[in-house]
Amino acid sequence: MPANLRLSYFLPVIIILTLAAIFWSYLGEIKDGKSIQDLPSALIDKPAPVFKLPSINSGDKGFDSAVLKGQVTLVNVWASWCAPCRIEHPRMMQLAREGVAIYGINYKDTPEAATGFLTELGNPYKAVGADRTGKVSIDWGVYGYPETFVVDPKGHIRYRHVGPIMAQDLTDKIRPLIKALNK
Amino acid sequence: MIAEIGQFALILALVIAIIQGTLPLAGAALNRAQWVAVAKPAARGQFLFVIIAFLCLMHAYVTSDFSVANVAHNSHTLKPLLYKISGVWGNHEGSMVLWVTILALFGLAVAEFGTGLPPTLRARVLSIQGLIGVAFLAFILFTSNPFLRLDPAPLEGNGLNPILQDPGLAFHPPFLYLGYVGFSMAFSFAVAALIEGRVDPAWARWVRPWTLAAWCALTIGIALGSWWAYYELGWGGWWFWDPVENASFIPWLIGTALLHSAVVVEKRDALKSWTILLAILAFSMSLLGTFLVRSGVLTSVHAFASDPERGVFILGLLVFVIGGSLTLYAIRAPQLKGGGLFAPISREGALVLNNLLLTTGAAVVLLGTLYPLILDAFGGGKVSVGPPFFNATFVPLMVPVMLAAIVGAMLSWKRADIGAVFSRLKIAFYITLIAISVTAWFAGSLRDVLAAGGIGIAAWMIVGSALEIAERIALFKGPISNSWRRAIGLPRSAWGMAIAHGAVGIMVAGITASSAWRVEKIQLMAPGDVITVSGYSLKFEGAKPIKGPNYHGERGLFTVTKNGKAVTTLTPEKREYPAERSQTTEAGILTMVSGDLYAVLGDKSKNPAKGGASWSTRIYFNPLVAWIWVGAILMACGGLVSLTDRRHRIGAPKTARKPAKKAADPQPGPVSA
Repeated sequence: MPANLRLSYFLPVIIILTLAAIFWSYLGEIKDGKSIQDLPSALIDKPAPVFKLPSINSGDKGFDSAVLKGQVTLVNVWASWCAPCRIEHPRMMQLAREGVAIYGINYKDTPEAATGFLTELGNPYKAVGADRTGKVSIDWGVYGYPETFVVDPKGHIRYRHVGPIMAQDLTDKIRPLIKALNK
Repeated sequence: MIAEIGQFALILALVIAIIQGTLPLAGAALNRAQWVAVAKPAARGQFLFVIIAFLCLMHAYVTSDFSVANVAHNSHTLKPLLYKISGVWGNHEGSMVLWVTILALFGLAVAEFGTGLPPTLRARVLSIQGLIGVAFLAFILFTSNPFLRLDPAPLEGNGLNPILQDPGLAFHPPFLYLGYVGFSMAFSFAVAALIEGRVDPAWARWVRPWTLAAWCALTIGIALGSWWAYYELGWGGWWFWDPVENASFIPWLIGTALLHSAVVVEKRDALKSWTILLAILAFSMSLLGTFLVRSGVLTSVHAFASDPERGVFILGLLVFVIGGSLTLYAIRAPQLKGGGLFAPISREGALVLNNLLLTTGAAVVLLGTLYPLILDAFGGGKVSVGPPFFNATFVPLMVPVMLAAIVGAMLSWKRADIGAVFSRLKIAFYITLIAISVTAWFAGSLRDVLAAGGIGIAAWMIVGSALEIAERIALFKGPISNSWRRAIGLPRSAWGMAIAHGAVGIMVAGITASSAWRVEKIQLMAPGDVITVSGYSLKFEGAKPIKGPNYHGERGLFTVTKNGKAVTTLTPEKREYPAERSQTTEAGILTMVSGDLYAVLGDKSKNPAKGGASWSTRIYFNPLVAWIWVGAILMACGGLVSLTDRRHRIGAPKTARKPAKKAADPQPGPVSA
């Protein structure tokens, strides 16, 4: 029988075992308290990327990274097709009412859909840049949607949140951090 | 007491499953007839005790027995009876009990109806089913016991997540599981065949009905899920490429490929080891989907309760089932000798193309779902994956599948004359061209040009399928009575294929039109305001408070008119469920052949200018959107028609008394978005 063994037939089982090993390491990390939200960002405490994005509507001003200096800002990456972004949106509106400067990066969206999203749910952003190609999002190391960064007055990224910001995250992380950075 | 009976029944089922999973397998290897004979009574016993456990759990839900922790966490006395019942599988533990119930049901079906199978093959199939049962029963008993007691018992339960309290979703999990678990039959047959070292057309004929039934159930399950997302989430969308959705879509794609490749084994004795691999993969992907959804490895909008402990158990199960079967495959598959040779241009060739594209599609969806994890594990950069990724990779793969499906269905086995097939498809070709030109005529932007292509594909699938049937019954080529006689004599599988292929066309039309030409209007409306969308005038009459059995909220009223004539009224609702502390929206929808008028009631705000309150409202017109689900249901109907084919009813091979040109089988094409 060994004469009949063919290496290529083992390919499926090798792929599956590799996948299982990856899952195993992930489960271990989840058990140790890591959640997918805590993915480290190579950019933490580094200056935010420099870029200039046009607005989603040709009329308004776009999003120039220069505005990130001089105040504490939130940079929120979102898209109209992204379901968790809708779940998160009320929190963005709330932060905006509290006077937090929020800037949006609208990832691979159409102007109509993005504008519709904002008219429907409210616009919490000081400005929204349209990242039609997704290049700027890659510069930010964006992993999934939505994703939010807290940038300090010097323009350095201080915190990164993957996935929707829920009420708990506001009280536990976002608000205390903004307060601390404003001192 | 009842809960303890349920728990005890589960333990008994586990013991029986252990016997079912070992004795017949050993008996078949050692040639002991008595051991082989254990398989049938064991399958019956397993079903008996699993169904007892299932009914005990249902009893606890229906009587709101909150001393059972699972019921207390997921039910509420005020919940309507339907949702008390569907609450049984609306949570992790209960859904696993439903899973083993369906598994045992399939096992029983093989034991009772598999009388035509050779006794050793049947015993091995049942034994493999038994082993899968062992794994899942142990999983339930050791990590997810649904019968745990609470002491003291709370007076009231926590309730079921309100967005899950919906008739569409009540039946979504059972259908999905019928599909997932149904693929376990193909899996067991594949593993048994590898152990026996023999795969022949008879084997394919036995596997096919199970695969077909599982595929139909999965199709209906996915369609129900997407329909629910459409009317319940209130976003007007129906597919979000969410990990949980993908987890059910990947097995569907592999299952679709398996349906087609099994035909080649059956008719031509070729593609054997590939078909075995697909049978293993279809079930493996179902398990992988369960793991991804239940372990919390991937985060998703659906956010089910997830638990890493359980994740470790399912992962072990995954390695055991998938790793074990694929290793067996690696050792045994090279010995499977292929039979029939064929030219590239032939029915077989077309089915190979179908298989390559569908499995590549499944791989792409899997990759898109797992990409963030894999790349992170290898320390690579962070890459973004979302609907744009799937639209750019998956959709182009499905276009050739659909174009080739119609041509392939007309090709003959072994070697075909493609020129002749093209000339027979002339009418379909012209109608497709007309459809594209007419759509493009009204087009302005690039988006519309792509949409014209989509409409063209839809026309091609529908007309091509109709043409195939018209030709085979010689319609318009002789007296109508002759055609009628031929239509009745035509194998059911030929009808099934044409229905399923045509249904894909209907679905593509729905997908294309609803994504390209959707009209969306969002505004603040005070009572008396009128808005016009796609020729329909909607007058907002205001909103009133409502009270349901376990919720309260507001119901808006729109009167819809077209050209001054009353059409209907729409009553979108906003509900609040106090027990669960959450809200849902219920869209008001008027479904028409031409499209859906879809109204959502938003938040109330003060409006001093108009002397009162106004509401934010969203009105959509989604052209042809209902065609998506009609197409999906018709696809499943095509599968069911094919299931009633004579050769499945008789079961025995070599009874081909039909005309020489044998029927083809349903080639349900893919869903694209």
